[in-house]
Amino acid sequence: MAEEKKLFKVTIDNITIEVEPGTSILTAARMIGGDVAPPAMCYYSKLKGSGGKCRTCLVEVAAGSTADPRPMPKLVASCRTNVMDGMVVKNITSERVIDARNGVVEFLLINHPLDCPICDQAGECHLQDLSYDHGKEGTRYEFNRRTFQKHDLGPYIQLHMTRCILCYRCVFTADQLTNKRVHGVLDRGDHSEIATYIEKSLDNDFIGNVIDVCPVGALTDKTFRFKNRVWFLKPVDAHCECTKCKGKVTLWYRGEEVFRVTARKDQWGEVEDWICNECRFEKKKTSDWIIEGPSTVSRQSVISQGHYQNLVMPKETMPEVMGGRQPRLLMDIHSVSEVNRPDVDLSALPGPAHSTDFPKKS
Amino acid sequence: MGRKLLLEKAHVEGIRTYEVYRREGGYASVEKALKSMSPDQVTEEVKKSGLRGRGGAGFPAGMKWSFLAKPEGVPRYLVCNADESEPGTFKDRYLMEFIPHLLIEGLIVASYALGSERTYIYIRGEYAWIVDILEQAIAEANQAGFLGKNILGTGFNCQIYVQRGAGAYICGEETALLESLEGKRGNPRIKPPFPAVKGLWDCPTVVNNVETLAAVVPIINIGGEEYAKIGVGKSTGTKLISACGNINKPGVYEIDMTISVEEFIYSDEYCGGIPNGKRLKACIPGGSSVPILPANLLLKTAKGEQRMMNYESLADGGFATGSMMGSGGFIVLDEDQCVVRNTLTLARFYRHESCGQCSPCREGTGWMEKILKNIETGKGKKSDIDLLWDIQRKIEGNTICPLGDAAAWPVAAAIRHFRDEFEWHVNNPVESQHRNFGLAHYADPLPVPVTA
Repeated sequence: MAEEKKLFKVTIDNITIEVEPGTSILTAARMIGGDVAPPAMCYYSKLKGSGGKCRTCLVEVAAGSTADPRPMPKLVASCRTNVMDGMVVKNITSERVIDARNGVVEFLLINHPLDCPICDQAGECHLQDLSYDHGKEGTRYEFNRRTFQKHDLGPYIQLHMTRCILCYRCVFTADQLTNKRVHGVLDRGDHSEIATYIEKSLDNDFIGNVIDVCPVGALTDKTFRFKNRVWFLKPVDAHCECTKCKGKVTLWYRGEEVFRVTARKDQWGEVEDWICNECRFEKKKTSDWIIEGPSTVSRQSVISQGHYQNLVMPKETMPEVMGGRQPRLLMDIHSVSEVNRPDVDLSALPGPAHSTDFPKKS
Repeated sequence: MGRKLLLEKAHVEGIRTYEVYRREGGYASVEKALKSMSPDQVTEEVKKSGLRGRGGAGFPAGMKWSFLAKPEGVPRYLVCNADESEPGTFKDRYLMEFIPHLLIEGLIVASYALGSERTYIYIRGEYAWIVDILEQAIAEANQAGFLGKNILGTGFNCQIYVQRGAGAYICGEETALLESLEGKRGNPRIKPPFPAVKGLWDCPTVVNNVETLAAVVPIINIGGEEYAKIGVGKSTGTKLISACGNINKPGVYEIDMTISVEEFIYSDEYCGGIPNGKRLKACIPGGSSVPILPANLLLKTAKGEQRMMNYESLADGGFATGSMMGSGGFIVLDEDQCVVRNTLTLARFYRHESCGQCSPCREGTGWMEKILKNIETGKGKKSDIDLLWDIQRKIEGNTICPLGDAAAWPVAAAIRHFRDEFEWHVNNPVESQHRNFGLAHYADPLPVPVTA
């Protein structure tokens, strides 16, 4: 008879749960869910070796185990510390943890450009969420924020090094998913940066996943750049027959148009199945996909505000009060005025517009 | 005159060469250990000696050795940490430069105790010329049959390799050192697992400081119990102190931990006092990362006792009124030195040397440096001092490796003990640019608490 596996009892914020040996504190806390789960900016359950770097998931271990109930002197990174039987962990019930976490968030933000209004990640940015939860309204940092020399990573991926929090997720992704990693962390300390040492483009297959794992807007999709805010888009689950990946994706629609394709993410913002570059960057037509239905979006997410699940349409009152008659249009403001010559595409001109660019119509 | 164990023969002419070293009694410990002792007996002897790690943390070396996992069929490694980069510490350099065979001898004995057949010396890249000295010594030891296959006919094989670092302080942290030795970026690893279980190439590894390994030689020669009789309490044996700063005789001194700090600074045998008749203002007693102490707390503990040069006495009073032995980099500051400037220099160093892996250290060290620079150049605000305190508090203990602590402690100690000097800088922005705060009250006798 197979011996029954012994489960470890761990108490996190006064909630006790039984987990298998070898589970990290963070995973155990995520099993409980809700506010008990510490935030994680660098840990990614699907990437081996990730975690321990951002220090946002620090927790207090009030008792190490039943066998050795001494508390741990320092706060520990919950993503890289495994539970012991009888361990007592304090996350949000510990003032030390809250204080340290606020400190970490402040550190992460002092050199962050806070350019959310022009950042494509805004609305689905983990740093944004984290700073709403733990940040202060003002900064105590009075110096110039760090800047970097720009690097071009090729046609698919846009790098904004100023936004990077050096979580190393993209490095692990490239190591573990693609056939060759061409980017990494250069330099050290506060001037360390993500780059390809000699300008190379990131175009290995599956490299597009670095966009999904990036917790901030440091790595964004060039094919979607500045096209739309994520909360105006409607995420729809779809799949296709793909030879390289499982082909399970989320399509981001506005109207009939697919603006971008991403992997599906779970409730912790982690990718469920990695997708290949072709699915992500090339298949941007509805006809490429088999639609499954609207994706579930967390109620807390700003994306859900433009979502159509359980949407109540306001009643059209005009026809009712007018007894079925349509209102008469005084002026149609929806037609385009010809005064500014819409037939001339200004952005296609090589230089400033000149009178010769507007030939008189005969 | 204290007893010398490590540097006794350092000035014998030609001690760098094998012939002279051997003639002076060198490699006796290898013969003794390999021929008459088992590896466990060697470890036991080191345990008995009470030898504490000389790299800074002061962890008992014998304990560290006994923690080494010994699974079947997996090689074990001994790595010598010669990445001595702490500002103010230069004892290992002296030892390796003048008496390299002592380190090689210690390494052979330690390798035998731990079962390491491939032993590495990871040396600071800036010590380029010492690599040649060590490799020469290794070649000579090879020739004499103390290294290589079947050493002294005992069947024990061992080879020592020297690997140069590339100029990073962080690679002195043991797990970063191992990463670097493996040819990767020198980022500290997240512990656990500890190197004793998963170290170099995922094999059990012991990382020891140069001085620790050299101290194994006298321990084997005179016996662990005899060694433990030198020194006091848990501070056994002798310790190399590299003294620098405002003293008449800077250099490396071997002390037996029974002398007082006052004697160490002022006696002619050691530092020889402070030049030009200046008075002592402050001292960093154990290398740049330990807390700085003002003169009054340096010479006397808060209880009014004489402060001695050993692990316990220097740490007496905790961080509130004490400091640490650290790696033995003894930096003396006289009354003309500015503590704010000194703290800025240290903060700049730690900002530059942070590996950038974890957020508090990466961002916090740079922030502290910028604020300190403002205060030093007369642009500081009063709130900056509290802000500095808050930043260091949020770095300390929240990082992956001890570099975060090492960056926070000097700033914390400087504010704790020299807050009025910081305030003077803030309140007198113009005056502080051409005059120093001076000695002020930092050498005044401490109020002795009355015991009922």
